[in-house]
Amino acid sequence: MAIEVRIPTILRTFTDGERAVDGKGDTVAELIEQLEANHAGIKERIVEDGVVRRFINVYVNDEDIRFTGGLETAITDGDTVVILPAVAGG
Amino acid sequence: MLTIDRATRDAIVEHARRDHPDEACGVVAGPAGSDRPARHVPMLNAAMSPTFYEFDSGDLLKLYREMDDNDEEPVVIYHSHTSTEAYPSRTDISLAQEPDAHYVLVSTRDGAHESGPVDFRSYRIVDGEVSEEEVAVVERYDHDTTQTATTQTPTTQTQTEKAAD
Repeated sequence: MAIEVRIPTILRTFTDGERAVDGKGDTVAELIEQLEANHAGIKERIVEDGVVRRFINVYVNDEDIRFTGGLETAITDGDTVVILPAVAGG
Repeated sequence: MLTIDRATRDAIVEHARRDHPDEACGVVAGPAGSDRPARHVPMLNAAMSPTFYEFDSGDLLKLYREMDDNDEEPVVIYHSHTSTEAYPSRTDISLAQEPDAHYVLVSTRDGAHESGPVDFRSYRIVDGEVSEEEVAVVERYDHDTTQTATTQTPTTQTQTEKAAD
């Protein structure tokens, strides 16, 4: 069993249009490294200077990882990770 | 072109007036691939600011989950400007991350109250490029909306127009 990663529209150019891909890792950081290995370029759209970009949200089983340890948030097989761009502006 | 029903257009304007002087924001979801804004979802502006808006991250997840479950997508993403024109700001452009959405801007600068005019304009924002589009307001969506559409090039909407219906 893998970790399901839901990909937002704007990042599906990296996943051949796939809405969800399988991932693995013990932390979100590891998961993103593994995503990058399969979908080169996706990491820098999610992470900047070692933290999740200000206007990208990453959730593990409905929890925004900003409140659960950031990229070091632990994950395990069967979890669902959702990546969503913020809806924001001025 | 954005085609939108009058009741939804009016509800967005009403939301913008209600939240003035803070910016109001929300989406109109529609069946995936239909380009039809069908379900108005006013969102809380977590920034509660006259110059910035942001969906709360928990609300955002809930909204996208709902849309997924309903096989919907965000056809319209709207927000208001409360002291400037209804045109995307530099921040709006750099943060726009839904290339398939119609970005609707409403300005309550001159029309925070019932009598004043409220601009209602629509844009595509893709890769930092803004293109304005026409807004067609229809009484309802039917098989041939072209029959009832009153196409308007971006103009100022007023309540008097509504009273004349």
